[in-house]
Amino acid sequence: MSDAATKSITTRDLNLWYGKFQALKNINVDIRQGLITGLIGPSGCGKTTLLRCFNRVNERYGNVTTTGEIRVLDRNIYDADVSLVELRKSVGMVFQRPNPMPISVYENVVFGLRIHNRARDLLGTRRKKFYRFAKRLGATAGGGPAGTSRRIDLDEAVEKALTEVGLWKDLKDKLQVKANTLQLEQQQKLCIARLLPLKPEIILMDEPCSALDVEGTRAIEELMFAMKGRYTLVIVTHNMAQARRTSDECIFMLLGELIEHNRTADLFLQPQNPKTAEYIEGRYG
Amino acid sequence: MIRLCGISAIIFVFGIFFFVFREGAPFLAKLDWSQFLFSPDWIPTSQTQPKYGVGALIVGTLSVTVLAMAIAVPFGLGAAVFVSEFCGKATKETLKIVIELLAAIPSVVWGFIGLCVLNPLIIQTFHTPIGVNMLNGAVLLALMSVPIMVSIGEDALKAVPDSYREAGLALGATRWQIVYRILLPAAKNGLLAAVLLGVGRAIGETMAVLMATGHSVRIPHSVFDPVRTLTATIAAELGETSKGSEHYQVLFLIGILLFSITFAVNLIADLAVRGVRKK
Repeated sequence: MSDAATKSITTRDLNLWYGKFQALKNINVDIRQGLITGLIGPSGCGKTTLLRCFNRVNERYGNVTTTGEIRVLDRNIYDADVSLVELRKSVGMVFQRPNPMPISVYENVVFGLRIHNRARDLLGTRRKKFYRFAKRLGATAGGGPAGTSRRIDLDEAVEKALTEVGLWKDLKDKLQVKANTLQLEQQQKLCIARLLPLKPEIILMDEPCSALDVEGTRAIEELMFAMKGRYTLVIVTHNMAQARRTSDECIFMLLGELIEHNRTADLFLQPQNPKTAEYIEGRYG
Repeated sequence: MIRLCGISAIIFVFGIFFFVFREGAPFLAKLDWSQFLFSPDWIPTSQTQPKYGVGALIVGTLSVTVLAMAIAVPFGLGAAVFVSEFCGKATKETLKIVIELLAAIPSVVWGFIGLCVLNPLIIQTFHTPIGVNMLNGAVLLALMSVPIMVSIGEDALKAVPDSYREAGLALGATRWQIVYRILLPAAKNGLLAAVLLGVGRAIGETMAVLMATGHSVRIPHSVFDPVRTLTATIAAELGETSKGSEHYQVLFLIGILLFSITFAVNLIADLAVRGVRKK
């Protein structure tokens, strides 16, 4: 158990069915903290399904059955007392197509803070109402309008998150622009940035570069390198060269089974399983 | 031939407009607009001094419509959100079929329900002397416009890309937070169009309001007062006028007025829908 601390995600005998179709078969995997782990395999092998288990977004399609155990940050995420909201706060996700919400850049970044601080939100408006009321009575006893400090908190969070993904310089004057009018690369970076104010420990990436051009891909990969260590990154990719360039460890999956999990260099140079060897040589997939 | 079918709609619309306008036009010349629009005195059958003020009728139409919308908008949009976001597949299909059935009930049947079911119900519940009043008509209109709002509102919500929902979900938003913070802003134009088409339906509706609102010309002071609408007036009186008389022409003017109101509402709804597509 001593090295449980260095594992961010572990699964034991994980099986998953979509209706009658078994998409994951007996997956046992340990994903190490602070590293970039690549998930590779041909289409339909279950790598995206596995990724989507880690924050339980799979469940939105009603016909999903899961058995086995998934421990994220040393807690079984199927325990009854695990809060989905808390899980998803600490496990962020980046999607294949950049999907900023159709609101401003600023609001995209603070979205997470806003939805997870509802109590404070309500308090804020109530306090604002009180101040307006007080003002009408002519009794504005000191103190600026309530919510100012909160506003400053949010502003800070936006600057910090956008700086971390390298967007601050480009976007600091465009914070009120609608996020879905940005370039795709900026959109994808924004999708990463909006996770950061929630202080996630794990970031799941589902083919984050497949909608981007070469430059955009390079930018996202560089960002991944910069984030490595502070976050555990799990990336699904179709692009074997990308898996090789970016990941520290690699998991090869085929038809719902985990075939091989090894350090990336070893997996590509000396695959243990002939199926892995055939895939990385490009015989199928 | 197929082209003729296509443009026939245009021909019909203009034909109808032309016909209505031709019948009403002769009266336009001697019409006192401010008296016509704002006077509450509608005494068209007086032998000595007929008065043609549709002020009370306009107020009647507007008040019934506004009250109907106050009831229908929360229910209609709420149902649209439920059908599109909250219920399972089986419930969804059942609900959609039932809601379409609701839309298929003829308006005279609604009027019948207003007279025979709502009327005694309102008298009992609120202890009012009569049950055929503004509230009665508004409830019926609300029920009639809800199906339109649900189906168009649901389309608007369905058009919001699923990736927005997943984005919200992956950030830990609850379903309600996704509805309030993502879906409603993203679909607001479509939902506005849904509401406006419901309004158009309510303004143009005739038979149900004719039967259920009490049909008395007056400016209502409460929701329990009977009112009369523009549409009901035309339906009730046109058969009793002689062709070409002043009364007859005024009724056609009311038709033009109605035509313009519903046209404006539909146009705004259309622009709102187009606003959705542009994005």
